[in-house]
Amino acid sequence: MTSTIGVARRSESSLLIAWAKRALLVLGLPIVLIVAWWLATANSTSFYWPPLRTILEVFGATWFEGRMGTDVAPSLVRLGAGYALALVLGVTVGVAVGSSPTLRAVVEPVLEFFRAIPPPVLVPVLILFAGIGDGMKVLVIVSGAIWPILLNTVEGVRSIDEVLRDTARCYRFRRRARLLHLVLRGASPQIVTGARQALSIAIILMVISEMFAATNGLGFSIIQFQRSFAIPQMFSGIILLGLIGVALSLLFRVVESRAMAWHRGLHHTQRGGN
Amino acid sequence: MTAGATPLAPAAAPRRRGIPDSALGVAGLAGLVAMLELIPRAGLADSRFLPPFSQMASALADQLDSPAFWQALGSSLRGWALGLAIAMGAGVVLGIVIGSIPALRAATTSTIEFLRPIPSVALIPLVVLLFGSDMRSTLILVVYASFWQILVQVLYGVADVDPVARDTARSYRFSPWAQVRTVIWPTALPYVMTGFRLAAAVALILEITGELVIGSPGLGKSIAVAQSSGAVTTMYALVIVTGLIGVAVNLIARRAERRVLRWHPSVRGEVPA
Amino acid sequence: MTEPRQGTDVTDSSATLTDPAAPMLDVRGLKKVYTSGKRSVEAIRDLTFSVGAGELVCLVGPSGCGKTTLLRCISGLLQCTAGEAALEGKRVSGPPPGMAVVFQEYGRSLFPWLTVWQNVELPLKEKKVPRAERKRLVTDALAAVGLADSHTAHPWQLSGGMQQRVAIARAVAYEPQVLLMDEPFAAVDAQTRADLEDLVRSLWQRLGVTVLFVTHDIDEAVYLGQRVIVLSNSPTVVLEDVIIDLPAERDQLTTRSLPRFAELRAHVYERIQQAKGGHRPAGVESDA
Repeated sequence: MTSTIGVARRSESSLLIAWAKRALLVLGLPIVLIVAWWLATANSTSFYWPPLRTILEVFGATWFEGRMGTDVAPSLVRLGAGYALALVLGVTVGVAVGSSPTLRAVVEPVLEFFRAIPPPVLVPVLILFAGIGDGMKVLVIVSGAIWPILLNTVEGVRSIDEVLRDTARCYRFRRRARLLHLVLRGASPQIVTGARQALSIAIILMVISEMFAATNGLGFSIIQFQRSFAIPQMFSGIILLGLIGVALSLLFRVVESRAMAWHRGLHHTQRGGN
Repeated sequence: MTAGATPLAPAAAPRRRGIPDSALGVAGLAGLVAMLELIPRAGLADSRFLPPFSQMASALADQLDSPAFWQALGSSLRGWALGLAIAMGAGVVLGIVIGSIPALRAATTSTIEFLRPIPSVALIPLVVLLFGSDMRSTLILVVYASFWQILVQVLYGVADVDPVARDTARSYRFSPWAQVRTVIWPTALPYVMTGFRLAAAVALILEITGELVIGSPGLGKSIAVAQSSGAVTTMYALVIVTGLIGVAVNLIARRAERRVLRWHPSVRGEVPA
Repeated sequence: MTEPRQGTDVTDSSATLTDPAAPMLDVRGLKKVYTSGKRSVEAIRDLTFSVGAGELVCLVGPSGCGKTTLLRCISGLLQCTAGEAALEGKRVSGPPPGMAVVFQEYGRSLFPWLTVWQNVELPLKEKKVPRAERKRLVTDALAAVGLADSHTAHPWQLSGGMQQRVAIARAVAYEPQVLLMDEPFAAVDAQTRADLEDLVRSLWQRLGVTVLFVTHDIDEAVYLGQRVIVLSNSPTVVLEDVIIDLPAERDQLTTRSLPRFAELRAHVYERIQQAKGGHRPAGVESDA
């Protein structure tokens, strides 16, 4: 904190240098890698490794002329619906299980088993029940993404400080306040950890469910390009998928840093040693 | 979810119940089995889609008799172990090198943060193009996905090295190798083990996924074959097997973590990264 | 500040209505046995004492004598095995209204995700205090503990002593009839401790609240209390109820150098030493 004030007082030119240094550190290696890719494939005649220039040329035509609406948007909607549902269900059941030691002891092995099943094998199972429509894909995402959220919520609720619980009881918090201000907030660091794991699982399942059986979607399109040997288009799809993954993880981080500022601060002071 | 149906303990329940947790856990598993048996039998679910548990169990017994099953299981476990070992080696070495050279660390942070969230399954079309349904296709997915888990944990671990200890080592002119051995590695070890535990689970997911989608040999492929040939009970039996492997992997990884860290002063939680 | 409140759901309906002669807090024959599996540990044997309205009473005893267990029974956080604790003649069977507790672990009793202001305000919201009244109570309480400038800070941004001040402000703003304090200053440094002791004395005198203060520090007990109840080692009984006949106006320097302070201190010290040695009052068998 104080160092930024110090920097602000310095002359403009040194501020500019500091900025340039930072920008170089952040952007330097990515630029080098992209340039290397560009140069390495510039004169490529290899069928499998088309020039980066060609990939970028087809990128716009491939995705922004129609597919954004017919493939990308449906994928993202299914992802959003499945992830949101997994969050709500996972936290709700997690709070219920975490609040009762008996219930926890009964269901924990069952939950551990379900979590240990590699989520993609649920795709063929759920196709049986839900066909290959949107419902199946949302269900697949929910069935895979729910476990880290659920189990982390259980752990979070369980590890809420005993003294804090006593405090809430002494001041006679009602059920609603206990849930909002004690249980959910208290478990939120673990819930966030679970939600972060769940996000990457949800993206994987979005893609897998579309690769396995679908008529549209990002995963479907990329596999179609590969099967029809539209290699530059396929690469552009892989890049788009990568960008979506990065964008969602950035979004997650923004939301997290807003909601969990107190946790970082607390953690920091504790590690700093009082 | 079935949580609502199970009786809740009394609200103020730190008091002992008298029944050990393990017995309750077994009861929970028995309840799951009973439900899987009764739901299709009672007609609550179509038994073509959800066969009773007893049929899944007998299909599982059939599988245990067939050499093809053991071959598939062997391929899956080999692919998992090999991928995990490669990711572990690469992750630890690169993590220590990048982590202990500040300039390198600063220059690579943004790239790592960018590459890490790229979903590994995005690579599926590319590896299929390059290697077809060979086991190498799946191996690349496994290595890619588990590598990041380990690398990031090792980087945290190296960053956690006590600056005083490091300065001490430097002031006594320890060689870089001695610094790694005596200062960096012991501090980073808990993080390495956390990374190992996370990566072991991720590697299994990607191994099975690769087999399922790409068709490289293994249990995932068997599941896909069973599904497309309508052998529903066999498919469930194989799904149960993958779940059991997952449980075993988690248990082994946790035990390994505890064993390696038994002597360690800070048996610590994972870094929320 | 401390008008008697109407009876509520937590107190026994069978109990008699508020008896004006009843002490504010009455502990009768309280016994607590912990059982886990087949083992059982008797923490508290048989405790009887009472605290009148507006009194400041300190409980001291050797470490491990069940002070915290006792406090948890009185505050309704723990069910006692036999006997009872009663607040204004009404049996305590759960955390009663009109009682506030300040815990030893200040860092853990404050909600880290709430600001100082919100920490003090939340119990009042739960008590359905109207907004304007809430604002006044929180402002006053934080000013009273010297934290008028830290409303928007989070607890973990404050020092240990300041965190405990927030916990005290929260208890004071709640306007309890009885304030229970469980070794509140055991984890702060000596200088802060002296300041906080004076803070408790001054708040008590200003607000007329009944205070039961648990401590293992004999000096602290004698300095703060009007009475000091000395407990035996576990299973716990009352060894002696000592009247502290020091002047009502106390300060760290003069009060602690009074000859009477030294006498009382020595007396309590002696009793505690006896307690550690296993001495028990006549008629109570020790099973050691």
